Amino acid sequence: MRGVERIEQVFRKLKKAGVAAFMPYHAMGYPTRQKSLEIIAVLAEAGADLVEFGIPHSDPLADGPTVQTATYAALVGGTTVADCLQMARELRDQGVDTPFCAMSYYNPILAFGEERFANAAAKAGIDGLIVPDLPPGESELLEPACRAAGLATVYMLAPTSTEDRIKSVARHATGFIYLVSVTGITGARAELPPGLPAFVERVRRHTDLPLAVGFGISTGPQAAKVSEIVDGVIVGSALVKAAGSEAGVDAVRSLAEQLAAGSRGG
Amino acid sequence: MTLSTTTTAVNFGAVPDETGRFGPYGGKYVPETLMPALDELEEAYLNARVDKAFMAELAHLQHTYVGRPTPLTYARRLSEELGGARIYLKREDLAHSGAHKINNALGQALLMKRKMGKTRIVAETGAGQHGVATATAAALLGIGCIVYMGTVDMERQKPNVFRMQLLGTEVRAVESGSQTLKDAINEAIRDWVTNVESTHYLLGSALGPHPYPAMVRDFQSIIGLEAHSQMQDPAEGGPGRLPDAIVACVGGGSNAIGIFHPFLEEESVRLIGVEAGGHGIEDGAHAARFADPERGRLGVLQGTKSYVLQDGDGQIALTHSISAGLDYASVGPEHAWLRDVGRSEYTYCTDAQTLKGFKALCELEGIIPALESAHAIGYVLELAPQMAEDQVILVNLSGRGDKDLGTVMQTIGGDI
Repeated sequence: MRGVERIEQVFRKLKKAGVAAFMPYHAMGYPTRQKSLEIIAVLAEAGADLVEFGIPHSDPLADGPTVQTATYAALVGGTTVADCLQMARELRDQGVDTPFCAMSYYNPILAFGEERFANAAAKAGIDGLIVPDLPPGESELLEPACRAAGLATVYMLAPTSTEDRIKSVARHATGFIYLVSVTGITGARAELPPGLPAFVERVRRHTDLPLAVGFGISTGPQAAKVSEIVDGVIVGSALVKAAGSEAGVDAVRSLAEQLAAGSRGG
Repeated sequence: MTLSTTTTAVNFGAVPDETGRFGPYGGKYVPETLMPALDELEEAYLNARVDKAFMAELAHLQHTYVGRPTPLTYARRLSEELGGARIYLKREDLAHSGAHKINNALGQALLMKRKMGKTRIVAETGAGQHGVATATAAALLGIGCIVYMGTVDMERQKPNVFRMQLLGTEVRAVESGSQTLKDAINEAIRDWVTNVESTHYLLGSALGPHPYPAMVRDFQSIIGLEAHSQMQDPAEGGPGRLPDAIVACVGGGSNAIGIFHPFLEEESVRLIGVEAGGHGIEDGAHAARFADPERGRLGVLQGTKSYVLQDGDGQIALTHSISAGLDYASVGPEHAWLRDVGRSEYTYCTDAQTLKGFKALCELEGIIPALESAHAIGYVLELAPQMAEDQVILVNLSGRGDKDLGTVMQTIGGDI
């Protein structure tokens, strides 16, 4: 089965069950290579329906301090694009079968070679790709390469997106659409934005693709609230922070379980 | 001249195209949240360009506030000392706030005030010249302003930090990454993404996502437009002819593109950009994107595709220059394109050669140049003697050096 189909299948299954997907992010190589592998396995066990597989970049301009610090530490620790793909392969070989959506910035992919990256990622067991600084208009090489390799091309929409932008993303996206809940960068926030339901509604008018919301979600109750109006709940910074805490992998497991339960409406 | 055969076929007015590309360079590589803000900025700018009242107000401020036109100075003693081409200086160091940066800062601030309905400006700064220019324009027009600056740069450009504060701007220290210009831009973009509804990002060089490279170029083209007429007019201090070569330093490349652009169609004029050679290309500690075949490659940094210093894995390389304003891993996309089509050429000047240029201009002309601009002078020390005495070089003296006294004192020794 192609990556994009594996992602579609997960959303179909969850929709039938009437719950939202829990979609945690982790920065590969953080806090160490070995620990990041353990964390992905723990996220899968704790109920992740899709994992956002973070490939570090030196200049993550859409990310807040938590993810910046983690990806910087991963780079200092020697994490490379090729090794991130190798880690995906190792997890697949261990039997972790949760869909993986690679998340990186454009320059590391450009340096790797767009077609070469798409093929290597698919071969390593990656199912889709999210590139925050690559909107549809700039993706004329990477998008066909992903299509050919069977990877989902996930694009982002923001509360500031106009109808034209929404239509354009709806045309180009496969797998799901990533809704940025607030204008801003990644990072845990206390409150969910009041404009979120209207934003979701605006996008829904233009697409049948699953919609997942990220940026700012950090607790089980927040996840539960978001799960009422969308198909997926994305959590990054709160889990990365847990991964870097003293309790480490255990803290990740405990938070992931709460978030997974929240996404299922509990 | 081989140049003429390659350039006649190129339509310089056709870039950027409507997607913001200069050939393969440029574009809009930004998070989705910012795409509508870029569209809005482009619309406001295109509108302002043909709005006579706006252009008249800008021209009035350039004349009565900035002090434009800036003079053209014949560098007689420097020319005689070098014994080759005659050297003329376009004196952007005499523009209010001490550098060419005010041309763009005032243009964008006025654009925001008159056309965009926003209330707050964020900006980045390396050397502090763009920060000071932005703080100046914000004070003049009564706009709230925040400038992001790397802590390393704050240390080496202390006087400019205090200047910005005096002008009522809040300077926010950036401690992430290399704590220099690149990181300040990341932080400014993060602020902009978060506050995009109220905030305009006043980017300081011909960099970043479309429409910035074209808009900044246009605001800076006044340098080249003035110089084009001054050079041909002896009453304005010119030699009565076009220069044979124009030399300008290139960090992001706004002063260079500003003086180059009005001369693009003048095929007899060589356009030479001087990058920061730092400790030398082989040493690796430099910011010469075009000169390092190993690390200077096509890449995307902070919204634009251009030449980027990076490692084999696409991670952005750390750069070094004695001048904070040139200490940046990428270069404006139009420079990359002009180089590809053979219209402009690029070389570099090391820290050591730059200091020679700095001292020469101080001692022979009584002008203390910014270390950025001293890169252009440093290269001219080599170029002028290779040229004939009836030839002419025009140098863009992009800023004054008061801000650099601390750095220079530390490097060559000295007391106040």
